[in-house]
Amino acid sequence: MTTSVVDERQVRTPDDVVLVRQAVRQRAVDLGFNLVDQTKLVTAASELARNLVQHAGGGVVRIESITDAPRRGLRLVFEDQGPGIDDIALAMRDGYSTAGGLGLGLSGAKRLSNDFQIDSAPGQGTRITIARWR
Amino acid sequence: MDRFPILKLGEYLLVTIQFDMHDRLAIALQDDLAEKIVAARAKGVLIDISALDIVDSFIGRMLAQVAAMSRVLDAETVVVGMRPAVAITLVELGLSLPGVRTALNVERGMELLREHIEARRRR
Repeated sequence: MTTSVVDERQVRTPDDVVLVRQAVRQRAVDLGFNLVDQTKLVTAASELARNLVQHAGGGVVRIESITDAPRRGLRLVFEDQGPGIDDIALAMRDGYSTAGGLGLGLSGAKRLSNDFQIDSAPGQGTRITIARWR
Repeated sequence: MDRFPILKLGEYLLVTIQFDMHDRLAIALQDDLAEKIVAARAKGVLIDISALDIVDSFIGRMLAQVAAMSRVLDAETVVVGMRPAVAITLVELGLSLPGVRTALNVERGMELLREHIEARRRR
């Protein structure tokens, strides 16, 4: 499998979350994702980018183009140096929220992605990687 | 800060979400609608989201809160114009928008409001 980074940006404010949505949309269009797949990936990206702002005071989003011939796809990496997640299984549960939201961000982003990986420990920050294949 | 214009159409209010909004704008819209419902003595609110290419959990929550709040203020909310790809994604995300009435477009949304309000007057 080959990977190339196509975009990397800081996410600190709600405006940055909008910019992430637009950047992911553009890359998904460029790769030829159909409209439903674009929408799923952009929605997942919106949830995870907002988590960076709400839970970690900001972070970095990396957009990568991935090829595993003949498949092509997009991988998004959301990384922060925030407080980390104590109990990942609990955080992944529908309806569980520490920020007063609906608690669908993590679990929903996972359902909207083909691949989902989360690495986190208290005090160590969090890295969430999602991918969607065309 | 940007605001979405809220139009008064008889007993109804119509707000058209014209572009991808950041979270603060969604919260501002909620506050503006609450004030306008009372000021205009509106019986119904139509929120046109046909320009939105995604609805994530934050925007979904805003729509559900507007619906709940308007009901408390004796007005009914109908969300109109959701794109098919947005609907598919919302369901997979896990959002079912409980308590939010929806219609295909503004015209159908108006009909729904009219029926609802007439039914209530007959009671």
